Amino acid sequence: MAVVEQNLPSPETERPIGFGRLKRKEDARFIRGQGTYLDDIRLPGMVYGAILRSPYAHARIVSIDTSKALAHPKVAAVVTAKDLETLGLAWMPTISYDTQAVLAGDKVRFQGQEVAFVIATDEYSANDALELIDVEYEPLPVVVNARKALDPDAPLIRDDKIGQRDNLASPTWEAGDEASTDAAFAEADTVVVRDIIYPRCHPAPLETCGMIADFNPQTGQLDIYNGNQAPHAHRTVYAHVAGLAEHMIRIMCNDIGGGFGNKVPVYPGYVCAIAGSIVAGVPVKWVENRTENLTSTGFARDYIMHSEICAKDGRITGLRVDVIADHGAFDSTAQPTKFPAGFFHIVCGSYDLKASHVKVKAVYTNKAPGGVAYRCSFRITEAVYLVERMVEALAVEMGVDPIDLRMNSFIAPEQFPYETTTGWTYDSGNYAKTMRVAMDIAGYEDLRREQLEKRKKGELMGIGISFFTEGVGAGPRKHMDILGLAMNDGADLRVHPSGKAVVSISAQTQGQGHETTFAQIVAEELGIPPEDIEVRYGDTDRSPYGLGTYGSRSTPVSGAAVAVVSRKVRDKARLIAATMLETRPEDLAWEKGRWYVKGDPEKGAMIEEIASRAYSGEPMPADMEGGLDAQVIYDPPNLTYPYGAYIAVVDIDPDTAQVTVRRFIAVDDCGVRINPMVVEGQIHGGLAEGIGIALMELISFDEEGNCLNSSFMDYLIPTALECPDFELGETVTPCPHHPLGAKGVGESPNVGSPPAIVNAVIDALHETHGVDHVDMPCTPARVWAAMQGHAEPPQ
Amino acid sequence: MKVSISINGENVSRDVEPRQLLVHYIRETPGLTGTHWGCDTSNCGACVVLMDGKPVKSCTILAVMSEGHEIATVESLEVDGELDPIQAGFHEQHALHCGFCTPGMMMTARALLDENPDPTDHEIRTAISGGICRCTGYKNIVAAVRWAADHQAAAKQEA
Repeated sequence: MAVVEQNLPSPETERPIGFGRLKRKEDARFIRGQGTYLDDIRLPGMVYGAILRSPYAHARIVSIDTSKALAHPKVAAVVTAKDLETLGLAWMPTISYDTQAVLAGDKVRFQGQEVAFVIATDEYSANDALELIDVEYEPLPVVVNARKALDPDAPLIRDDKIGQRDNLASPTWEAGDEASTDAAFAEADTVVVRDIIYPRCHPAPLETCGMIADFNPQTGQLDIYNGNQAPHAHRTVYAHVAGLAEHMIRIMCNDIGGGFGNKVPVYPGYVCAIAGSIVAGVPVKWVENRTENLTSTGFARDYIMHSEICAKDGRITGLRVDVIADHGAFDSTAQPTKFPAGFFHIVCGSYDLKASHVKVKAVYTNKAPGGVAYRCSFRITEAVYLVERMVEALAVEMGVDPIDLRMNSFIAPEQFPYETTTGWTYDSGNYAKTMRVAMDIAGYEDLRREQLEKRKKGELMGIGISFFTEGVGAGPRKHMDILGLAMNDGADLRVHPSGKAVVSISAQTQGQGHETTFAQIVAEELGIPPEDIEVRYGDTDRSPYGLGTYGSRSTPVSGAAVAVVSRKVRDKARLIAATMLETRPEDLAWEKGRWYVKGDPEKGAMIEEIASRAYSGEPMPADMEGGLDAQVIYDPPNLTYPYGAYIAVVDIDPDTAQVTVRRFIAVDDCGVRINPMVVEGQIHGGLAEGIGIALMELISFDEEGNCLNSSFMDYLIPTALECPDFELGETVTPCPHHPLGAKGVGESPNVGSPPAIVNAVIDALHETHGVDHVDMPCTPARVWAAMQGHAEPPQ
Repeated sequence: MKVSISINGENVSRDVEPRQLLVHYIRETPGLTGTHWGCDTSNCGACVVLMDGKPVKSCTILAVMSEGHEIATVESLEVDGELDPIQAGFHEQHALHCGFCTPGMMMTARALLDENPDPTDHEIRTAISGGICRCTGYKNIVAAVRWAADHQAAAKQEA
């Protein structure tokens, strides 16, 4: 641990206010049990909704009889697709320009699909009434395997779409260059081919999804209480779906019990709650149970990847990837409009390749819709997993150390800004330096010696490497949007006459600590103590428009907005200070919290004095309005490109094939760290999720489309016993185009850790058992099968 | 049916259905929404409260079964404006992000330190392994419980 400490900033180098390890402001309510999560809210007259879901993965609905449910004394209403049709709410747009049934009318297309919505005076009765609804189904042939969905005789899933004749969800999408990639492979001296699956998993935040909709028929005002990651975008969608005036919708997200991408989309349950409140005229609460969360709300990944990688003269030179993306029954993948495979084409990784070529096609299957970015920037997780597994396989084939191959192939520091063969412009990096820090913390050479010793004794130990580069902080409006909305974020800063301030942001915390971090940014820029800065968010009536928090975009986009708005205020303060000090603005210099006269530092004005002046009756500079406020919408010029070197050390029980992550070393370069404590906390959390994905978490189906992992009894999430004492380090390569030099970090550990762990499993088993690939999750059964020579991919 | 339960030292009495879960009974008591529900299957531990000093998952206990027992929830930890060392430790060590698992984790940790005031890291990990935290990766929760154990011991010595 001593090495780790050396890589952390010492207390002396941290500033007293502004950036540094400030304890979180939001903790005060949470440690007292005083958070306000959705289910904690009870409005007068509120009723409760519950959803009847399809037991079949594919079936025609012959009839729905709600009469017995309606006769239940505590039931207020039962809503079906027919009722929604009269309101124009039977179908809703997904975030990928597909349409999704809010309640199924003629057909169900996945197990767990929404069929009817019951409203009752209490939750228990609402759930009782679900059992009183009679639905007659006529089962149809089911397809759950994405490859089989492409068979010409596969059942057609989306017959609701005019002109749809197959199960392709989108045309094949390509990046890179086929001809030059062919040439790179033709001249290569080593080629490795692998079929690699990134299986379906689920973000599973501890708080499930839910909503309270409160429509006031007198005023036409719709108040929504919800825990979503993008309240402003949701409001725009509801305006389009429900046909309500956008300015009459107010979304209030209070405390959110985790999101991880699961709370980005709009779900049918939300629309049902809104429809229910419009119909019933009272507030309607709907909160899903855990099974509903796992089986119907946005899953993640489900990428079936075929890949080839090649090398020449000890360097990686080319990469070819062909992907089938399984989108489930409706395409509701979370990604910018122009990127049908998200940012998957960042698959070239951290390497200076000669060429690459990527093809992705997406299919419909009789599985729940989703494709959300589970702590991920739009398919980057799949991309990093693939390239890091392929590089590992290449190193094994070449008989070289996997770190040496990476070191030989890295993009060099002087090559930045670097344009990749698939069109990304990486902003900055010194990859070899970060890799070496990780090797030092791990004691890499010693680990290799230990592994050899253990192997001699029949013990199975593996060392796995992953080096990732991510593109986060979506994104520049010239390149990307979601449903036509630019991926920008607003910030509104008001410094009050007392010098205390409120900054309103469009980012939406789900636990990331925005109330602290964003106050620190203002503190750093204006010298106002963080405790005197209130951070407002989550209420569309009290925050500026912006696209919210996912894809590690809070600090890259919203954080930049807050820095820029603070600087605008500082610039205005300079002009006011010049009037106060009877000098010219250009004769003033800034130190934290104060403008002073150059050459006469005693003469100056504190920010609170300037604020007081701005609202007083004293004269302002010519042509300047009073007050000390500013507002910005920040449009990032590029994505930011955080990266990191991860090393996993695993032990495998030769008798049970149980994989234990003994050590995990994570060295992240996320640029400048605003609050290193929060950054490290984010890394710890993402690493735990990565361990879950690599070893435990899986959403799978049987041939009939029954989901086999529909509760925490069988969707396994790591506990404290599966997680090691994570060892962190850092390097800092500031982002050249971000006002604070920050790059974003939230998803890096989730992106970077699964390949390190799987590579470690292969590393443990390749020499002794000839294993060259195991798909995730590396459960004892799957690893054992691989050790016996017949590894089975997950279904 | 009428059920009377002592919650945080106060007797709460209410007519409920026999099937009502303790977690719902607690949450319907004004001011006590700190005990959370997360999974239905006793896996996540967001609903952990103390029953007669022992940690229990309140989603797996009927309200009627709690009649005559002493229940303590997260809201009982702070006494007269003074935080429990567990609460202080969670804040000091950044052992919470979204805060949803925190009440259950803290009650579990409280019970651990009541029984074992000087646990090893592995004992802490074992004790909290009945709960799921999706945010912290547990490292700082372990550190928080360690912090609380150390500060509790120091406070005792001073007293």
